[in-house]
Amino acid sequence: MSPTIFLILASLAVISAMFVVFAKNPVHSVLALIVTFFSIAGLYLLMNAQFLFVVQIIVYAGAIMVLFLFVLMLLNLNADTEPQKSSRFRMIASASAGLLSLAFSAGMVIDATMGDRNIANIQEIGLVKHLGKVLFTDYLVPFEISSILFLAGMVGAVMLGKRTPKESNS
Amino acid sequence: MMTEVTAEHYIILSTILFVIGVAGVLIRRNAIVVLMCVELMLNAVNLLMVAFSSHHKDSAGQLFVFFIMVVAAAEVAVGLAILVMVYRNTRSTDVSLLDQLKN
Amino acid sequence: MAQNLILIPLLPLIGFIINGILGKKMPKNVVGALGTLAVFGSFILSLMAFLEVRETGQALSHTSFTWMQIAGLKFDVAFLADQLSTQMMLIITGIGSLIHLYSIGYMHEDEGFYKFFAYLNLFVFSMLLLVMGSNYLLLFFGWEGVGLCSYLLIGFWYQNLEYGKAARKAFVMNRIGDLGLMLGLFMLLQHAGSLDYQEVMGSLATLSTEKAACIGLLLFVGATGKSAQIPLYTWLPDAMAGPTPVSALIHAATMVTAGIYLIVRSSALYSMVPEVLEIIGYVGLATALFAGLIAIRQNDIKKVLAYSTVSQLGFMFVALGVGAYSTAMFHLTTHAFFKALMFLGSGSVIHAMGGEQDIRKMGGLAKKLKITHLTFLIGTLAIIGFPLTSGFFSKDEILAKVYEHSPVMWGLLLLASAITAFYMLRMFFLTFHGSFRGTHEQEHHLHESPISMTFPLMVLALLSLAGGFLNVPAFISEGGEHLHSWLHSVITAVQGEHHLDHSTEWMLMGLASALALIILAATFVVYVSKKSLAAEDDQLTGIQKWMNNKFYIDELYQAVVQKPIEAISNLTYNIIDRGIIDGSVNFIGKSVEVAGNALRRIQNGNVEYYLLYMVLGVFFLLIFKFVL
Repeated sequence: MSPTIFLILASLAVISAMFVVFAKNPVHSVLALIVTFFSIAGLYLLMNAQFLFVVQIIVYAGAIMVLFLFVLMLLNLNADTEPQKSSRFRMIASASAGLLSLAFSAGMVIDATMGDRNIANIQEIGLVKHLGKVLFTDYLVPFEISSILFLAGMVGAVMLGKRTPKESNS
Repeated sequence: MMTEVTAEHYIILSTILFVIGVAGVLIRRNAIVVLMCVELMLNAVNLLMVAFSSHHKDSAGQLFVFFIMVVAAAEVAVGLAILVMVYRNTRSTDVSLLDQLKN
Repeated sequence: MAQNLILIPLLPLIGFIINGILGKKMPKNVVGALGTLAVFGSFILSLMAFLEVRETGQALSHTSFTWMQIAGLKFDVAFLADQLSTQMMLIITGIGSLIHLYSIGYMHEDEGFYKFFAYLNLFVFSMLLLVMGSNYLLLFFGWEGVGLCSYLLIGFWYQNLEYGKAARKAFVMNRIGDLGLMLGLFMLLQHAGSLDYQEVMGSLATLSTEKAACIGLLLFVGATGKSAQIPLYTWLPDAMAGPTPVSALIHAATMVTAGIYLIVRSSALYSMVPEVLEIIGYVGLATALFAGLIAIRQNDIKKVLAYSTVSQLGFMFVALGVGAYSTAMFHLTTHAFFKALMFLGSGSVIHAMGGEQDIRKMGGLAKKLKITHLTFLIGTLAIIGFPLTSGFFSKDEILAKVYEHSPVMWGLLLLASAITAFYMLRMFFLTFHGSFRGTHEQEHHLHESPISMTFPLMVLALLSLAGGFLNVPAFISEGGEHLHSWLHSVITAVQGEHHLDHSTEWMLMGLASALALIILAATFVVYVSKKSLAAEDDQLTGIQKWMNNKFYIDELYQAVVQKPIEAISNLTYNIIDRGIIDGSVNFIGKSVEVAGNALRRIQNGNVEYYLLYMVLGVFFLLIFKFVL
């Protein structure tokens, strides 16, 4: 049963990822990305990473993609205004992306020392209880620093988005 | 069909998603879509990390994913703010118009 | 006196310094007087040294200071006044003072008057060092010094590019000879551990004959350069570009005799290797004949004298070649007298002709230039060996000694004497007799030279007449061989000398004199009675053309030596230096520029491209990690 679900979710993720890249309308890309996130969340659940499953949906699909949609609507973009790249460049880009995948695969094949490859066993580490314990003991400092990071991000975003008096007048 | 899901399957899946993300970054001209493809890449990495965390039975992987999500969120916020500023100045989200670094 | 030996070269040196530095601001008479008195002072001191040596029979020597001391080798500035060097000193300073006096009048109009006297004094200084040094190093110092002064003085009128070229030619040819000299000195130094004459002569006992021959030849190469023998003689005729007093002093009386002095000084070495002396003799003979042939068809008064100098030097080398060292020195002395006389006389003629040097444009000057004519006549008679002149005695002695050695050489040398007589008389008659062939203004300009110029002429004429009695051969008057006995102690004679009997000597003398008189009569008839004139340059054909053009030797040297060297120099300059060395340096710079230009295109400001580069970078990183 688990492999089947894995296959379904995996194919869903890949197909929607393709949609993200190749859709003409940016709104369609956003929606496709949401589908991708959901499928990845499903994969997390499959590995019993419950906390991450929830966080993925809330943060990624819920907050980040909504932010994207907001900006899209704000800028009022649709398929007509979408500029196209030269096909030669597209060819080169696809080729380099393909090469990259080749490099990854080569790396995987060469460096494949996996030991016990089976991850079908249900782990306990993904539970909120356990994660929380590790987070607030071993990784407390990064946790606190990440809050500063958010502060900086907030301030930066507000400053950047602010309209200068000259602009507001024009 | 396969009998069970091994870490290799996750590696392949993650690689495919990552490469699709890279292709998207290079091919698309709309800045917003580019940022979205970056998110896609990050997610591919997240997936891989969780897979390995399960494999090694180490919770550090999943915690690291947590932090990646933190950073990704902050990055998206600031990135979109910059994008809006650029749009205000150039009236377009075309990436190829951002060539002020020339010479 | 020994302690004061250093004063002899020092006086002209001081003259050089004062005239060189302050001369521009001093009036011309002061400059001239200073220069002349400096050399004259040296003459008085040389005379004192000479008298002292004559009385005691011992050489004077004095070590002034140590020049350098390196690695067990010690070189001193030490002076030696023995019979040989005092003879040279007297010639140098005596004739030198006369020429300085002459130059006061001759160079009077010239802008660079003070420079001329400064250079002349410097020359006398170097030449004195050359002959007074008691080691080969000081000789070499003087050798180079006179070469330098020769260059400075030949190119004295530097505004003319041709003169500068002539000066350069002289210097370069001298340098080629100097290389031989240096190599010889190195070998001597290596063998004897010192360059001091005494020590070198002492060490000769242990020297192998092959090495001795080598050294002898190398020193002779130096002598050919300085004394203008084949093959390094072509600079001397070109050196006539310098002012006439220079030609008289340097290229007749003193500098060109340095080669002879060198060989006589090293007589001990040469007497070990008679084969080398043979070679020297043959080279001298060839030079004497060759230069004489060229002189027959020359029309510049100074060039004729120049070639005659080369030829007479050849005579001296022939004398050396048969081991007659003191005879060579005798001819050197008499030649100094009459050649300097004739050069100064030619200067007087040129002065009177307003700068004209072509004898075809002269003629009939005897009436207007009485003193010059008379003194020049005496000089000419001396050089052709007219009986009882100084040249008569010295040349006859050479002929006699050569006859002892080989009758064939004697025959050829006699031929050279005949040729000498012919061209000298040709020049004399064309210049002073017949009718005037110059322009009208030149005719008006003709006048005798001032006393400052004629006085030296008269003194030298007297010496040319009386100088022969320095060394009257034994078969004429016993005990008359003053010079021989004078130089006897400093010369190592060649083994196995034999003497002719008196009747043979009388016969030889008679033959030579008769020949000279016949040629005198013949040329008189041709050039004076028949008034036959020298042809213009373009009318010459065949062998005459070859003689006129110096047998094209200069052109030969140019093709064989100069062109290849220039080609090599061009090669190294254009191809190696500019092309390869500069090129590779420039190439590096250019390639950096090109690479920079290429890399510049990467930064086109396009974000897309930057992203692509990032991806490619990651790709390569992965490749390097996993594959390599």
